[in-house]
Amino acid sequence: MEPLILARLQFAITTVYHFFFVPLTLGLSVLVALMETLYVRTGSEAYKRMTKFWGKLFAINFAMGVVTGIVQEFQFGMNWSEYSRFVGDIFGAPLAIEALLAFFLESVFLGVWIFGWDRLSKGLHVTAIWLVALASNVSALWILIANSFMQQPVGYELLPEGGVVMKDFPALIFNPNIWYQFPHTVMAGFTTAAFFVMGISAYHLRRKNETEIFQRSFQLAATVGAITSVLLAMNGHSQAQHMVQTQPMKMATAEALWETADPASFSLFTIGDMQERRDVWSFRIPRVLSLLAYNQISGEVKGINDLQAEYEAKYGPGDYVPPAIIPYWTFRIMVGAGFALVALAIYALFLVMGELLQQRPIPLKLYTLAIALPYLANTSGWLLTEVGRFPWAVFGLVKLDDAVSPNVSAGMLWVSLIGYVIVYGVLIFATVYLLAKYAKAGVGAVSPETLREEKEQVPSLAGVNG
Amino acid sequence: MELNIVWFVLIAVLYIGFFVLEGFDFGVGILLPFLGKNDTERRAIINTIGPFWDGNEVWLLTAGGATFAAFPHWYATLFSGFYLPLFLLLMALILRGVAFEFRSKDDHPLWRSTWDWIIFGGSLAASLLLGVAFSNLVKGVPIDANMQYVGGFFNLLNPYALLGGVVAVLVFTLHGAIFLSLRTSGDLLDKARQAANRLWLPTVAVSLVFVVSTYFATDILTHLGVNPGPIPVLTTVALLLSGWFARRKHEGWAFAMTALAIAATFISVFMILYPRVMISSLNPAWSLTIDNASSSPYTLQVMTIVAVLLVPVILLYQGWTYWVFRKRIENKPEGLTY
Repeated sequence: MEPLILARLQFAITTVYHFFFVPLTLGLSVLVALMETLYVRTGSEAYKRMTKFWGKLFAINFAMGVVTGIVQEFQFGMNWSEYSRFVGDIFGAPLAIEALLAFFLESVFLGVWIFGWDRLSKGLHVTAIWLVALASNVSALWILIANSFMQQPVGYELLPEGGVVMKDFPALIFNPNIWYQFPHTVMAGFTTAAFFVMGISAYHLRRKNETEIFQRSFQLAATVGAITSVLLAMNGHSQAQHMVQTQPMKMATAEALWETADPASFSLFTIGDMQERRDVWSFRIPRVLSLLAYNQISGEVKGINDLQAEYEAKYGPGDYVPPAIIPYWTFRIMVGAGFALVALAIYALFLVMGELLQQRPIPLKLYTLAIALPYLANTSGWLLTEVGRFPWAVFGLVKLDDAVSPNVSAGMLWVSLIGYVIVYGVLIFATVYLLAKYAKAGVGAVSPETLREEKEQVPSLAGVNG
Repeated sequence: MELNIVWFVLIAVLYIGFFVLEGFDFGVGILLPFLGKNDTERRAIINTIGPFWDGNEVWLLTAGGATFAAFPHWYATLFSGFYLPLFLLLMALILRGVAFEFRSKDDHPLWRSTWDWIIFGGSLAASLLLGVAFSNLVKGVPIDANMQYVGGFFNLLNPYALLGGVVAVLVFTLHGAIFLSLRTSGDLLDKARQAANRLWLPTVAVSLVFVVSTYFATDILTHLGVNPGPIPVLTTVALLLSGWFARRKHEGWAFAMTALAIAATFISVFMILYPRVMISSLNPAWSLTIDNASSSPYTLQVMTIVAVLLVPVILLYQGWTYWVFRKRIENKPEGLTY
């Protein structure tokens, strides 16, 4: 395989893997902070135990997010050195700011939080987790500012000798794209965390373990999840409309829309022929794509063939069509999972409000299974966003062919790719094993030492913390 | 002052901060299997760096990000050029970081010993690789007229660089031993002191050889950048003093001396480099410098404002955490955070 393909594959694998952990960090940090705030406000031990239980799961997940994030920062230089040279004047800044503004804050205060239960006053301790929560979300903001530049470059000037320089820093951070992408990512994070908490709480509620604590957890998560999943869906709709304007090719491939149409129909299910660029079999709903794109029942949506011709005229000969099968299916998986999340979150709220949780064992099981749904949606969403930008690293400015490191051989890429796959593979097993173990063990078990104590039927948890 | 000089200095400061801070937690990781003879001792050893290591590591991430932002060509040439060592460094940092969090989460002896050896191996490998990488930076590497690294992997494994790697391992281990003697109590304290005393002379001897060979392996004598003057010598003096203080049980002073030795080493490194950021061994004209590798003045301005606003705050709160966790770790299971 040629280096470009290997470098893309490596980016896809390491980024998707990193983003298994990030959304949960974004949302669960806030949920844990809310729980501890309730503890500090009410003094109720139940909230303290809740905080410690979810905090333990949070810490396991957080560690994975942090270490896999290092790869992301180094990878631009290692595999995409020409990209780094070309856009470094702009792209490096948000990454450095992310480190200064967020990485220090989250890493330092997570250490304080984990080790500080006995060292700090309650107020300072809860402040530490709020700072972690704030920093994680600020981190998301800055990396998405960097990504938004790739989706919709702004605030730059193209140099005659090649490369771009920053002309307008405020324009960069107020990139129109960020207003869609950042809330979408954060809401996805909150929804992921809400379903994580609901799913594990449901597991214990079905077994009547610590019902008080898990009922409160479920309640909190259902409330947050119902709000954020609805906002997420609404925001997703706006983001798609923005995409029609800024990256029409991404939308055209996500809809398998070969020819420009007005009004445009929405594909419910298409089997297409990528070579011939035509439908083999398709079921489409008239006018709905125009409706989605413009909130009215007519309006032109550009098709793949017209866009290809337009881009060839504008940027020179080449292939400007992403591998449509990925944007097309990931779009459907993301939206489908998203609707399911909205429905489940609202139903959860209904169960909570009607105090019906304990009487509905079947939905409870459903919520445990639904933990996987946000992960499916998150991964699909990023594959759509990134693959749909093909062939561009930065839309309209740098193609992937011109971005890859010229002096990194296929052999080196194979070595690192295989290395990541093995290490990441082993680590995902260890992580899932630990998460499942602590999730199932329930509130009493905050460490193996307490697990052992429980086995020996020593009721006291005194002296063991964390 | 020109902003690219400011950023050269700031990146130097970030690396120095990284090595002074993460240096001791690498050292503690390397010492873990030797000093921790049972699970409680190993947990106590890990807890001496538990609240700190992640914050220490961010100095490296920030140095990387700052290099990208201020000197994109430096970032691109270095990271694509030192590809395999960096890949190995990433593996070491990933596994080691996860190990700190995971090792106590299951009490199966095999689970724990596996992660403990990963902490050891990751700390050792990271120290070695960083020592090798920085030695190659001052020695110079094959870079062509287009700023591309054209040497292979084995080019980086020359005797001088390998010696630099060994020095990094020894100095960080000594630094870690002295840190442990500041943070532990009872038996562990005795063992940490003993380790520091044993490590001291070999460390001084090997680093002296390294300092001397630096005069032969690099262009320190002919290069017209900034003459580091007596600073490399200060490295050796500080290391000598650290042992002297350690033997008299003045651990605070001993720690200050190993920190000073590490700082002096990297101050020398960046003074030898200046105004270059990567030295081409093929042709001096092909070296990357703070001028030809830097970002535009506008970007540097923006980043300077950001750094001036944020760096003091970071120093304050990170310093504060060292004050919060200043108490010695008791070597008793009931007092340990897991």
